[in-house]
Amino acid sequence: MQDEDDLVAAEDVLLFVNAAITSTGQREFHSGGGEQGLSLDFLHRYLMGNYRDLYAAALALDVNDHNAALIIRNLLRTSREAADPRAEGRLIARRLEALPPQRVYRLFRELRRAKVNNRRTRAVMRDWLAGRPDPAFEAVKYRGAFKSAVRHIHLAPQGELGPFLFDPHRGGPYATPILSAWMRAHYEQSAIYELPYTVAEGFAAKHGVGRDAFLERIAPRLTRLERLRLQESARGRDVKSVKADLSTMPLTRLASYALSLDLNERARRHDELAGALRAAARRCAGGLAGSWGAVAAVLDDSFSASGSAQKRRRPLAVALACHYLLEALASRYTPLWLSGRKDALMVRPYGATPLGERVLDALETGPDRLVIVSDGWDNSPPGLAGEVLRVWRTRLDPAGACAVVHLNPVYDAADFDVRRLSPTVPTAGIRDAENLVALVELAGFAEGRTDLPELRAHLARRVSDFLKEKA
Amino acid sequence: MTGLALKGLRTLPAQTWGGVRLVPLVRDEPITDLRLDSRVYGGHGIVALDDRTSYFSYIPHGFVASWTSDGTAAAAYGTQLRAPDEPERPPAHMPLHFHRRMARRTDRNRLRFLPLHLSMEGYLALHFGGPTIVWEEWSRRAVTQGLSPRVEEAYTGAVITGLEDALRVFEIHHGQCGVLVYAADALAAAFVVPHPADYRALHITLVNDLYGELIYHYAMLSGPVQDFRARLDETRIRSLADLRAQVRTQQDGWARFHDDLMAGALLTGEYTRQTVHDMGPYRLSRLLPSFERRRENHLAETITDASGVLAYLKTFRLSENQVRRGHLLSSLAASDWHLADTAAALGLTPPALAARIKSAGFGHLLRQDVLDRYRAERRRLTSEGKARRREPR
Repeated sequence: MQDEDDLVAAEDVLLFVNAAITSTGQREFHSGGGEQGLSLDFLHRYLMGNYRDLYAAALALDVNDHNAALIIRNLLRTSREAADPRAEGRLIARRLEALPPQRVYRLFRELRRAKVNNRRTRAVMRDWLAGRPDPAFEAVKYRGAFKSAVRHIHLAPQGELGPFLFDPHRGGPYATPILSAWMRAHYEQSAIYELPYTVAEGFAAKHGVGRDAFLERIAPRLTRLERLRLQESARGRDVKSVKADLSTMPLTRLASYALSLDLNERARRHDELAGALRAAARRCAGGLAGSWGAVAAVLDDSFSASGSAQKRRRPLAVALACHYLLEALASRYTPLWLSGRKDALMVRPYGATPLGERVLDALETGPDRLVIVSDGWDNSPPGLAGEVLRVWRTRLDPAGACAVVHLNPVYDAADFDVRRLSPTVPTAGIRDAENLVALVELAGFAEGRTDLPELRAHLARRVSDFLKEKA
Repeated sequence: MTGLALKGLRTLPAQTWGGVRLVPLVRDEPITDLRLDSRVYGGHGIVALDDRTSYFSYIPHGFVASWTSDGTAAAAYGTQLRAPDEPERPPAHMPLHFHRRMARRTDRNRLRFLPLHLSMEGYLALHFGGPTIVWEEWSRRAVTQGLSPRVEEAYTGAVITGLEDALRVFEIHHGQCGVLVYAADALAAAFVVPHPADYRALHITLVNDLYGELIYHYAMLSGPVQDFRARLDETRIRSLADLRAQVRTQQDGWARFHDDLMAGALLTGEYTRQTVHDMGPYRLSRLLPSFERRRENHLAETITDASGVLAYLKTFRLSENQVRRGHLLSSLAASDWHLADTAAALGLTPPALAARIKSAGFGHLLRQDVLDRYRAERRRLTSEGKARRREPR
């Protein structure tokens, strides 16, 4: 009976991890945002109710920011039920450090709205705020959220921050440069360029500054991702100074950016983009480069890879990023796009999903490892990929000489899991291609009958690694 | 009497969503000298292809666009063909009157079909002009105006449960030129165009298309339909080559199964062909079903080339009531609208036939005094029958 319970527990945990890596509660190609949110919420409640320690340990895995914030919120809401409050507190604090500040401020706002104000919550918020490198900058950039967080935990802000937050126009003049810039920006145009981009945008509108001139002068204040986001609009306006350095961008973001360009543009800048993607992939692969042997990849560029209006081309971007990463990891690499396209940079989401035939093509190359990146909606014909993999495993390669793994970037709300191709093939959710190596390891647990103690050991190792490394 | 064949098209595996199953049809060689009219492309913000002067072009029936010179919306009336050298002229069309709010809502740059039952009426009016010989029983109105106004109920695709989503998540194949739409595995419509680019442009218009009442109810009441999942027999597989061979057989098996069984009634049905237009190698015809009761009956418009390759197809599935009415009308037409002859052909008495015409909704075609006389006669017959039955007691 104990074994049976363990098995169920292990499956539940893997299910949850897959969901928490892939789903962001946003609309997907096949399901709406509401369904995704409901389905995810159920999983969170279920896991927290039954395996609270494992639920908290998920913070150490590569779950996405949306789910990390959700986990923290749920844990803080019910902090009295914690079996080991200290361990939980450490995990929460560590994860908050790793989260982008805007996410954390949003989380604080949600906690305030949900009227969660227990001692642990106040301590966690206080410590996080105390650890911020530049509180004045954040007080300007996230003004409303900062104020509500401070107010929520009854914190007395240091120095000029108190008057700035609660009575800004009577508090001045400020000695802190950014606070005084914010004051001056109300009546002085040149001061807005000393502020963060998102704040400056509002002041630019207030002063009626033209968009071109604004972009030109705000360029030095842009963050890396803001710069990448503004690339195309700046190019259209012929603003030269907003120029992203593609060589420092993370792999999946870069893939998303490349896919946002139209085909002519991609063809024109082919070498530049491919070079940047290759460099990012090599950085990601690090010491593992070239160590995976012969790898074949089946990559999904069917119509469903176009994602949704909220996650535009996300599945395709993940597949493209995986393509470059696998190229770096493998010593011999065969990429097979479903459409049969050879040039990865020119892919576009179009056509059906003949996954079965492509898997067969891949197996014929005799790889050591087969990686399938697809949303799992195998439809031409349905279920063929699963059958091919089953027969391959049972009849042609019973010893398991070729390791097969399926990575799925899309959470299927109706099934509470990512869609699987076949029970014989381990499936893991994936959000960023950068986590591919860790995910392939995790997917190993989904193969065959999973051992709970082993999974717990794995999680404990990940947790201790996570707590040791500093952001 | 002729049949309907999907010549030149290959059936690929179906994609299902809820109760709707869509079966893609793919052309190995797209037809390049017959294309959707450039005004359909150009007028709707779709990138026009290269110079269209060397193509024959067609406009699908019920297609809404600004056909007239004053730019108001109108629906094409009957599918039409145009030769490459023929100057552009407005096609036969019906003006549409939108309510203000509705007109504001419709997207100017979106292809759409006639969203009303007009299109369906059009079909039937095209097929039945009314009495051809002025027998005395027919009313003045029937003789002068034919069957018009001829109202048939049809549903737009937007109200068919699940159809919109099914079309949205459907993955169009490379080279796809057609689709068969099933609701709860009843064939709702078949749609074939000459070229994949035309299909891409028109795919989403299927949601504005018309579907019969049967399809509406089937889709609403049906649960999700099952995928036909592939199944391989592992005991007979020793190598990758065996595996590939079995995969191939699976696919051929599905295509055969679909063409023989699922689309069987459409493809084996007997049709009356009426050629509307011959142009170059292409022939536009309208197909009327046999109106045999208790089986599928599809109205169809086709364009075929000289070798019989199907370039264009659009069908509408009739409901059982519509089949009955069609059966009645075609029987009347076969006997030149002579009541007594038709009654004899159907094995009925003339009064019974008149009652049937009235209950089918065509009462206004017969003169009122004729109807009254027949009704009196029927009543007398039934009361006599009752009296006779009572006698032995």
